[in-house]
Amino acid sequence: MHIGKQLKEGLLTQNPVLVQLLGMCSTLAITTTVANGIGMGLSVTIILTLSNIFISLLRRIIPEQVRIAAYIVVIAGFVTIVDLLLQAFFPDIAESLGVFIPLIVVNCIILARAESFASKNKPLAAAVDGLCQGVGYTLVLLVMSAIRELLGSGTLAGTAVFPGEYAAQMMALPVGGFLTLGFLIALMQWARSKAGKGGK
Amino acid sequence: MNYKELNLIGSSSPHIRTKDGAGHIMGEVLIALLPALAFSVYNFGPKALVNVLVSTAGCCLFELLYRAAMRKNNTVGDLSAAVTGVLIAFVCPVTIPYWILLIGDFFAIVVVKQLFGGIGKNFLNPALAARAFMLSWAGEMTTWVPPRTAVPVWGAFDAVSYPTPMAMLHSGDLEGLRKIYDLPEMLVGLTGGSLGEVSALLLILGGAFLIFRKVITWYIPVSYIGTVAALTFLFPRGNDPVQWMLYNLLGGGLLLGAFFMATDYVTSPVSHLGQAIFGVGCGLITVFIRYFGGSNEGVCYAILMMNLTVWLIDKNIHPHRFGVAKAARTGKKQAEKKEAESK
Repeated sequence: MHIGKQLKEGLLTQNPVLVQLLGMCSTLAITTTVANGIGMGLSVTIILTLSNIFISLLRRIIPEQVRIAAYIVVIAGFVTIVDLLLQAFFPDIAESLGVFIPLIVVNCIILARAESFASKNKPLAAAVDGLCQGVGYTLVLLVMSAIRELLGSGTLAGTAVFPGEYAAQMMALPVGGFLTLGFLIALMQWARSKAGKGGK
Repeated sequence: MNYKELNLIGSSSPHIRTKDGAGHIMGEVLIALLPALAFSVYNFGPKALVNVLVSTAGCCLFELLYRAAMRKNNTVGDLSAAVTGVLIAFVCPVTIPYWILLIGDFFAIVVVKQLFGGIGKNFLNPALAARAFMLSWAGEMTTWVPPRTAVPVWGAFDAVSYPTPMAMLHSGDLEGLRKIYDLPEMLVGLTGGSLGEVSALLLILGGAFLIFRKVITWYIPVSYIGTVAALTFLFPRGNDPVQWMLYNLLGGGLLLGAFFMATDYVTSPVSHLGQAIFGVGCGLITVFIRYFGGSNEGVCYAILMMNLTVWLIDKNIHPHRFGVAKAARTGKKQAEKKEAESK
């Protein structure tokens, strides 16, 4: 168990979005408001942790040849649970996230962690891994959605910061998503090369 | 005689240099833009001049601040920021609030240019990328005033929406356009539109000056404008192909874009053939957007899109090499040879 190392990897050196470049689609699409970002981030974190635990438990039973299909079945089960819970208790968030909650089934981050970590490690380690990677994902969504909501509509988590007529609408459009993500990745690479670890 | 006593400095060629640098070239571009600016002041009042001054000062300031903050050498002196500033003011309506101009300046200089490494490293034309971003404020960016309107420098201005030639060309209304503006007016620039794009005649004059001074080559402007001319002549809307073509050539930002923006050294191909391909591509996309697109004018997006293809054009079309054997002149053969060797 290396909780510290796993946490550092999830947040910084192996951040799923900024370093592994996984889960781009949902990252670009839903980060228009902070509420969306948090909702999506937490959903993925919960599903990632639970599916990691289950896949780790089943790692000796799942046959090698059909493992992807088996992972998807496990992930889809948890996605359905989270989807229904969201619709029941947070209908607003469920509506604004729309199709991106069901699409978590094929989210690259979850499949990648199942394939590269959960299927080779014990359940507890897999749970910690899922949690750390999920927090790393949530953090990026939070930063991106805060930037885009602030610049794109002049609000932060729904509170008006400056009048909406001064807001740059582009930041709320897909253009803004690509711009923000690109510069965050560049910033991450810059920070890593400064730290001397040197991204490839 | 000991030759070491002679005060000679050994160096490799070139031995004869000119004093031309980036600053010199950008200075000539600024001179070429002056006539069009003078006409804009005549057409839209003193705010046109103030817009240009504010935008230029903003660009130079952001360049200065960023370079200082990053502890890099000061590059304001190469005037490229000043040219960007003038062009940003040129591609916006005269009624644009100053704060939008300054945001555009910031986006052009810091985001598009300096974050990628400064002059020579940007992959998009900074002024056009800024314009695309400034369309965030779509209302302010499309408030057109009639020609010969003195817009006050400061304070509220009750802008009346006025049709620009581009809106009518987009809807294919040649008859209506002819009633508002005749061709001489289009040529001189007594029309509504962005600050610096109106005067076709003075822009051609400025472009001819740049070609004459060998600041730009004629390949991009001629292939760009030629493509637009050919397409609009062959597929006219309305009953008069020649008039339709002329209105399309004189209206909108085509001349400003073809002479001053598509020819930007950094974001256009190196070889002459590459430049011609680049120009034809710009022309095609411009006409496609004007005919079928969502916005009235396509020059900005056409040049931005073609900027993204420059690496591809440059990779496949090599400039002529001198001083090497005939077989080695085309880099392609060399690359193939290398590939074969590595196999």
